[in-house]
Amino acid sequence: MQPRAASERFFDTAFKRLALIAALAVAAALLWITCIVALRALPALSEFGLEFLVTSTWNPPRNAYGILPSMYGTVVSSVIALMISVPIGLGVAIFLSEDYIPPGVQRILVFLVELLAAVPSVVYGLWGIFVLIPFLKEITPLRGPGMLPAALILAVMTLPIIAALARDAISNVPIELRQASVGLGATRWETIFRVIVPAASSGIIGGIMLALGRALGETMAATMLIGNSTNNISLSVFAPSSTIAALLANQFAEASGLQVAALMYAALILFAITLVVNILAQVVIRRLQRI
Amino acid sequence: MTTDSVPKPAAFQLDPTQLQRDYGSPRIVFGLIMTGVSILFMVLALIPLGLVLYYVTIEGGSKLSWDLFVALPPPPLVEGGGFGNALVGTIIMVAIGAAISVPVGVMAAIYLAEFGTGKIADWVRFANKVLSGVPSIIVGVFAYAVLVVTFRTYSAWAGGFAMAILMLPTIIASTDEALKLVPQEVRQASVGIGANDYQTVLRVVLPAAVPAIVTGVTLAVARAAGETAPLIFTALFTQFWPNWSNWLLEPTASLSVMVYNFAIVPFENQQEMAFAGSFVLVFFVLLTSVAARLATARRVY
Amino acid sequence: MADEQAIFPDSEPVIDVENWNVYYGDFLALKGIFLKVPKNKVTAFIGPSGCGKSTLLRCFNRLNDLIPIFRAEGRMTYHDQDLYASDVDPVQVRRRIGMVFQKPNPFPKSIYDNIAYGARVNGYQGDMDELVERSLRQAALWEEVKDKLKQSGTAISGGQQQRLCIARTVAVQPDVVLMDEPCASLDPISTLKVEELIHQLKENYTIIIVTHNMQQASRVADLTAFFNVQVVDGKRQGYLAEVDRTEVIFQNPKEEATQQYVSGRFG
Repeated sequence: MQPRAASERFFDTAFKRLALIAALAVAAALLWITCIVALRALPALSEFGLEFLVTSTWNPPRNAYGILPSMYGTVVSSVIALMISVPIGLGVAIFLSEDYIPPGVQRILVFLVELLAAVPSVVYGLWGIFVLIPFLKEITPLRGPGMLPAALILAVMTLPIIAALARDAISNVPIELRQASVGLGATRWETIFRVIVPAASSGIIGGIMLALGRALGETMAATMLIGNSTNNISLSVFAPSSTIAALLANQFAEASGLQVAALMYAALILFAITLVVNILAQVVIRRLQRI
Repeated sequence: MTTDSVPKPAAFQLDPTQLQRDYGSPRIVFGLIMTGVSILFMVLALIPLGLVLYYVTIEGGSKLSWDLFVALPPPPLVEGGGFGNALVGTIIMVAIGAAISVPVGVMAAIYLAEFGTGKIADWVRFANKVLSGVPSIIVGVFAYAVLVVTFRTYSAWAGGFAMAILMLPTIIASTDEALKLVPQEVRQASVGIGANDYQTVLRVVLPAAVPAIVTGVTLAVARAAGETAPLIFTALFTQFWPNWSNWLLEPTASLSVMVYNFAIVPFENQQEMAFAGSFVLVFFVLLTSVAARLATARRVY
Repeated sequence: MADEQAIFPDSEPVIDVENWNVYYGDFLALKGIFLKVPKNKVTAFIGPSGCGKSTLLRCFNRLNDLIPIFRAEGRMTYHDQDLYASDVDPVQVRRRIGMVFQKPNPFPKSIYDNIAYGARVNGYQGDMDELVERSLRQAALWEEVKDKLKQSGTAISGGQQQRLCIARTVAVQPDVVLMDEPCASLDPISTLKVEELIHQLKENYTIIIVTHNMQQASRVADLTAFFNVQVVDGKRQGYLAEVDRTEVIFQNPKEEATQQYVSGRFG
């Protein structure tokens, strides 16, 4: 056999190096994002310290910044959204993994649920402004944008994530477990609740956490619907509120000086929260794969 | 072996001849209720999709005209106009995003699927999943800090760069999957006739995976085209056509930002344009999703 | 076809199958079965792969209902009740006709909860601790696991897992126990334990066992049914070739195919 030409060997090595560099670029991008946001937040970090997190004032003319109302809105809107989308998403996942309907119809429904996730968030926001909010004004004390419409749209946007991941987890449960349960005289729903859902629980919990990460960071639907009230906390779901993402979307383009640093600080907080939630989600899902 | 012979007690034994379904039994009632609830949830989940598609089609689809695609956005209270510049801007920025993320993503996936073994590949896959969970607004903030601040101007480049980062995880994951589906025998056959690794990958493995990769890229592009948050303070918006003579180093319009801007103004003509823009975005996503679905239905391997 | 009534004259049939046909889609997979399963005896189903013996077994507890393309014709009665009558609840059938599967399939729950599961869903009101202990003793597993009842049922050895599955099945105190190649994935020692168990259980239960192992059938079964397979339109169609007392099937079968199969010449 002929020895390989030196140029061939060079190309081979170069190609592999290039591939490695591209792969490392992904991890590097994550680090780069972290560093840049942290660096830009530094002026605000040293100016306001941890008080930033517990202050309810956001007043650019006076350079007084605190994101407590936005943090409250971020968490509350996401929690309300998940309280709606978790049961419905789980119900959809179970319905689509049982044999209620012919496989052909089932595939179409799965596709439609996927489409729910594909609609751009700005379109949901537009629909929320012109259809959902006017409708809610008729039947609730809501007077305009507020927590309720934002949370409802976040529920719609997180539902397909939960449905898809829960369905994956359920379909990974071995058929033998279902047969064992049914063979012992358990009904369909006893089998679902006592065997299948527990066996799929880490996948389902991972999915819920990914959905939470998505809801916490979702920008357009919140910006367009929540009312952007950055200075006070209202316990009412009918009152306007704000989220960190909405704060960024609203003010970044026109900000300058310390305001930019304060927004970077807010971005850093949001980034840190979603990073933790996402990493935990991946760890939970990994545990599932090992079993 | 010690088998205790324990007689089975009568207490828990049932009459073998009572097999009839008892519709009054709590177990059956519970099952029927839960079945009803799951059907209800299935319907509930699809209602928003139906309503959004209905309103966007009724409000936006009916406003479609040729002008819409070639004219500039109208000022407030002026009739007519279109979103030609926004359409071009979206195409430019998605193209920039794809031009960066496709080569990097495909190369990274080649590393993961072909050469990557052990810890590094595991960590890169993990980082990729985490990256896909980073909120798009944070990516926008990042692109702002890196490009807008450096070049002292909002630009299509900053918007495209943000889109590239958002597309990257999808492209890597789908390409990685596609390459792993290519059977091992194909690689062995190529190496067996004396091909180098890079030749095997570029001439044999990659071509075999192209349909699935194209599907993944298409879905990533469709998602990116609808992204708004990473554009509002990187590309901003403008009433004018993209300016090539300025190397695109100026605010650039996009469909999604146009929808956002015109959704929150009180002018009817602009609102109608927001709906028409939404219709175009949704129709594009719908079309690519269906196409991707059909494409994955027939695989080379 | 032998008259089972004459084979075991003093044993009433628990399950009675008359002209039973199973279809998968349009294909007739199992053809024209006649069979009477005697009470408190062990009936073995033997035959080459694809002969439909597992399929028939899964008809008895209506487990094939989980397969969308499954369809059956004919008459199958259990204590003179039509198992496939429209008003019959499959859940009630499975509660009385329990099943042990080929691969041990304990739930990813504790050993205790594995046993208690069936009793709980079926509304058992008595002393659960006692039921768990009694079931584990019946499955000859008590001594081995009594100190680790809280451990996961998936953390014990394969042989122990299968006995756990048997204990789980007898815990709901069924009338009939179906066993689908229960020793297929077990080592010889575990296999012997399970076979001894089958002998014990026979006193209280009617047992039907599918097995590929001829020695096993000859060791544990009172009645043996030999299923054969014929190729129709390129697909395998099963039928019941011969059924008789186990010693007759193994020493003096009427059919030549049975003779060839039990002597190991095909299958």
